Amino acid sequence: MEHEITLVVNGATRRVEVPARRLLSDCLRHDLGLTGTHVGCEHGVCGCCTVLLDGRPVRSCLTFAVTVDGQEITTVEGLAREGATREGGGSERPSRIHEAEAMDTALSPVQRAFAECHGLQCGFCTPGFLCTVTAFLRENPAPSDDEIVEGIAGNLCRCTGYQNIVKAVHRAAELLAEER
Amino acid sequence: MKPPPFTYHAPRDVGAALRTLAQVRGKVLAGGQSLIPLMNMRLAAPEHLVDINRIGSLSAVDASPAGVRVGALVRHSDAEHAGAHPLLTRALRLVAHPVIRNRGTVVGSLVHADPAAELPAVLAVLDGTVRVARWDGRAVERDVPAREFFTGPLESAVQPGELAVSAYFPALGPRTGTAFEEVARRHGDYALAGVCAVVTLDDDARVTAARVACVGVGPVPVVVDVTAACEGADGADTDSAGTGGERADRGWADAARAVQEETEPESDVHASAAYRRHLVGVLAERALRNAAREGTAARGA
Amino acid sequence: MTTRLFGEPVQRREDPRLLTGQGRYLDDLGRDALAAAFVRSPHAHARIRDIDVTPALDVPGLMAIYTWEDLPERVGRALPLLIPHPALTHGRTAYPLARDVVRHVGEPVVMVVASDRYAAEDACALIEVGYEQLKPVVGLEEAVQGAALVHEDVPGNVGAHLVQEVAAADGRGAGEAIETAPHTLAFRLDIERSASTPLEGRGVYARWDGRDLRVYSSTQTSTSVRMAVAATLGLPLPQVEVIAPDVGGGFGVKIVHPWPEEILVPWAAMTLGREVKWTEDRREHFISSAHERAQIQHVRVGFDDDGRVLGLDVTIRHDHGAYTPYGIIVPIVTSTQLLGPYKIGAYRVEFTSLYTNTVQVTPYRGAGRPQAVFCMERTMDKIARHLGKDRTEVRAVNFIGPDEFPYDQRMTFQDGRPLIYDSGNYPEMLRMVKELIGWDEHERRPGRGIGLGCYVEGTGVGPYEGGHVQITSDGRVHVSTGLTSQGQGHETVFAQIAATELGVPIERVSVVTGDTRRFGYAVGTFASRAAVMSGNAIALACRKVREKALRIAADALEADPADLAIDDGMVHVAGAPSASIPLSTVAVLANPLRYAFDDEAAKATQFSGTASPDRPPVAEGEEPGLEGRDYYSPIRSTFASGMHAAVVETDPDTAEITVVRYVVVHDCGRLVNPMIVEGQIHGGVAQGIGGALYERMVYDSHGQLANASFMDFLMPYATEIPHVETAHLETPSPLNPLGIKGAGEAGVIPVSAVVASALEDAEGFEIDRMPISPSELFELRERHASLE
Repeated sequence: MEHEITLVVNGATRRVEVPARRLLSDCLRHDLGLTGTHVGCEHGVCGCCTVLLDGRPVRSCLTFAVTVDGQEITTVEGLAREGATREGGGSERPSRIHEAEAMDTALSPVQRAFAECHGLQCGFCTPGFLCTVTAFLRENPAPSDDEIVEGIAGNLCRCTGYQNIVKAVHRAAELLAEER
Repeated sequence: MKPPPFTYHAPRDVGAALRTLAQVRGKVLAGGQSLIPLMNMRLAAPEHLVDINRIGSLSAVDASPAGVRVGALVRHSDAEHAGAHPLLTRALRLVAHPVIRNRGTVVGSLVHADPAAELPAVLAVLDGTVRVARWDGRAVERDVPAREFFTGPLESAVQPGELAVSAYFPALGPRTGTAFEEVARRHGDYALAGVCAVVTLDDDARVTAARVACVGVGPVPVVVDVTAACEGADGADTDSAGTGGERADRGWADAARAVQEETEPESDVHASAAYRRHLVGVLAERALRNAAREGTAARGA
Repeated sequence: MTTRLFGEPVQRREDPRLLTGQGRYLDDLGRDALAAAFVRSPHAHARIRDIDVTPALDVPGLMAIYTWEDLPERVGRALPLLIPHPALTHGRTAYPLARDVVRHVGEPVVMVVASDRYAAEDACALIEVGYEQLKPVVGLEEAVQGAALVHEDVPGNVGAHLVQEVAAADGRGAGEAIETAPHTLAFRLDIERSASTPLEGRGVYARWDGRDLRVYSSTQTSTSVRMAVAATLGLPLPQVEVIAPDVGGGFGVKIVHPWPEEILVPWAAMTLGREVKWTEDRREHFISSAHERAQIQHVRVGFDDDGRVLGLDVTIRHDHGAYTPYGIIVPIVTSTQLLGPYKIGAYRVEFTSLYTNTVQVTPYRGAGRPQAVFCMERTMDKIARHLGKDRTEVRAVNFIGPDEFPYDQRMTFQDGRPLIYDSGNYPEMLRMVKELIGWDEHERRPGRGIGLGCYVEGTGVGPYEGGHVQITSDGRVHVSTGLTSQGQGHETVFAQIAATELGVPIERVSVVTGDTRRFGYAVGTFASRAAVMSGNAIALACRKVREKALRIAADALEADPADLAIDDGMVHVAGAPSASIPLSTVAVLANPLRYAFDDEAAKATQFSGTASPDRPPVAEGEEPGLEGRDYYSPIRSTFASGMHAAVVETDPDTAEITVVRYVVVHDCGRLVNPMIVEGQIHGGVAQGIGGALYERMVYDSHGQLANASFMDFLMPYATEIPHVETAHLETPSPLNPLGIKGAGEAGVIPVSAVVASALEDAEGFEIDRMPISPSELFELRERHASLE
């Protein structure tokens, strides 16, 4: 049986019909076409599918879409916009050599920090990290190394060895502080 | 790894949930952090799923001087932030990772009854209860004490058609300290072994009551009252010269041995039974010492 | 200067799309495609008696069910043995769907195609396969016994056996050199299985329009998949295109091809006339892709009073799993790279590659080198311990000197070419790593140990890669190469190389990899070869284009090409910047036109007066357009090197192991982008720590993989990985125009050896088995305590 549900995804109201068993991850990716949310294990360990549900990071692979009917979801596709709106005046930041075009304009501070610090390689785990870190820095705007490591400890990355992700979280905290 | 089909029910209140459960004998969906992985792997295939996420009345944390009652929809992170019970708060920080705790529920962890999980041990060591309801023309409730609630690995006393509506964690008495010590392979993994301890002291910092509950070393949380074994131990820092000295060390070691003897660890892919038995002794001693130290501080306060 | 980009930490050009969810990974494509799923063997070894699909026929959305018997003859053939070798006397590969015997849990038996993956899995669950169970062979010990056979026609389960010997300078063999040495040691080492486990699994998506087949695959080699698919499906090569989209990590497992699914999904798409997609799930990845590492090594070594190795004899038993699609590359790499940075008097290495009823073994980052380095570095530590010498001293006396390059190890490497090291500076590297970790100042106490490990890695193996560079009339530079990317930042480093060679801003350069529509000839991404191979090929192609651009510009500027330079996309006379012409205009002039499509193009039309009426518009030997193609094909591999050191602490009570410091000194020749190289090293070290302390594949006696999930296969989180400190030494390779060496695998190679060395130092007893868990350390402590 199909269920008609309404999700507010990245600020837009989306109405969609899903079977009860449709995982939120599949609903976002396949029903709504938001393929930025990735699926790495479907048993809740890797964290690739992490999205923000009413602002809090959750595993979309361990959530049925029907359960979150009526709730707000932010995916990686919504972070840039979210960052951009919050940026307001726009701040100066140290210019680095030869940034790719358009990098400055559309990215949130967390996304920019990941680019600056080389916090991603294959990019598959990255959306999950970005959602986790975005929420983490809201709770803890000036974290220590240990707090960062603990904060990202539910997300697996096979490429970076986490070194530059930790660096990126520090940098994101700086960028966010500059904007306040 | 996609879940099998099921019929979905989304009751708005407890009565409706109980009536549905009485009719269809479905599985309850709260946080889903244990159930949905099993369904994705098709190791669980409930025909009916009763989603209690819309029952607002189950989201309450009610703290009183006697204890704290946690509703079936209270997420780990909400309970953690509520900070209503020091041992529960301490244990919640050891449950999986923050993102899982944003969705997983306290009562769900209890009902899931994983012998390696932290929260069943907390309920057990505190002698707490789980309130279970069913529909019999009206909502009928019963309170199940922890020692009867955990019946086996991944088995609880919740019967088909029943819903665990809340859990009750009795408050700690005066001059009482707690600790939760565990060793996991990775941070956030289920513990290879773990011990939570509650120690009460008298005005002279002598142990008057000491209980531990162990995880990962038996089919259910292993509760051991070690008050007798702790005779001679005290809450002063035994590492420093002066108060307890050797006699105290012997007391903690005796208590740890008593704990070890009550456990029946098994070997698995992560650790041998012998290691787990050794570990539970080490952790019991650490937990008891730390709880006693905290109790001493509480006494002073 | 804007165009000197080689060697700079340029930010990645891949990142904006990957950070905003605009990447396109395999499962992001084909939203309307049908979904495939597989019934896989639940048994490690069994004969298929019957398959009953009828219970599944009523599943809503079901489109098709295929067993081996449904496959046409050429589709149903055994998969190719990719790298034959004379020593691989009994190479065996699987069928795309099991034919009559299954040889590991996870082997595909039935393919289901349905409207979506949910429905396909519903159907899979209802299909009944009758099996007659056969005795499984699990683990090397059982394989050696040969009481049960994985393949009926492979006696003793031996797929390959190879002995390689290098005599000492005086002509003596290893046996004699060891027997007559002042000191000898003999010991056994064990390394268990791990696996690549990229966070994106494998996946294939195919579209057939009745004439042309387009296949997307999460692969490390799209060109080779294309050839395999065309050959198997009987299609002319030009009608098949294969594209590797964004790939979520490879680490070796995706170099294997064609996977059964890479044949079956395109075939199903053609058969059904519908788009079909298969996205591997995590459980499938554990039980039906590939693993690596497992070896047992028996070592005998003879040495003198200084610790100089006079003779070394290593016998390796290599667990190859159920099949050998990738040949015996892994044990060959182990046996050749074992020599590391050392001059060994006489060397004999023998390996036996054995079949077991487990997932097949193919290269995983490091590809046999972690085992090799574990063996050699354990040997060095044991020599030091035996002689009571510092571990670094023993290594130093065995090093190849900086003035001894090229150094011939007198063996045959994995590319079939001589094992000749091109360059390096091992004593300097040792000095650096000792300084970085504070080796001489380290405070020795129980429960805190220091260790190190050294390695040499053959990188940039042939046979070749190519590059194509085109400058279009808008001044943009389009670079393509056939090999693929899985996160290494190729779009950035290749753009840096092209921008530097051509003198254009990097913003104008775009790079395409792994798309056979753009570049058809390639080998693939593996063996730390992409930067060396495609980097040099692209540089050579750029030089061709540059030469042509200067020739055309010289005509237009009436100057001598030798007097011209290119900066910021402008060709100008050196010293006279006003006499200049943009590369965009040069590109226009390079392509004589009849039809002007815009004002700029008008310059190249026949009445514009720019071309001489006395010469053909396209001169003999020339081609229209400002583009060039070239290939780089090295005479042999180039050898990178590195040394790692660590400080490890152990808990006296719980036996928990913590790496408190980890340092890396690394030499991959000239660095194209130091930020990216460091990232590669970080990731490698983390995988190495996983392999040393956390990850293993646990098979029970029935051949069931007992930890086939991320719950129980313990890939490290951030909490398990220490801070990694790095330093670089740059010894350029003399073999290639850019002087670079590969870096992709480096980080992972010595980690098990380093951790074992440090643990041994902390605990006081020998560590001869990896990985090691707290439980195992506890048991070692108990055993050693009972011996005392």
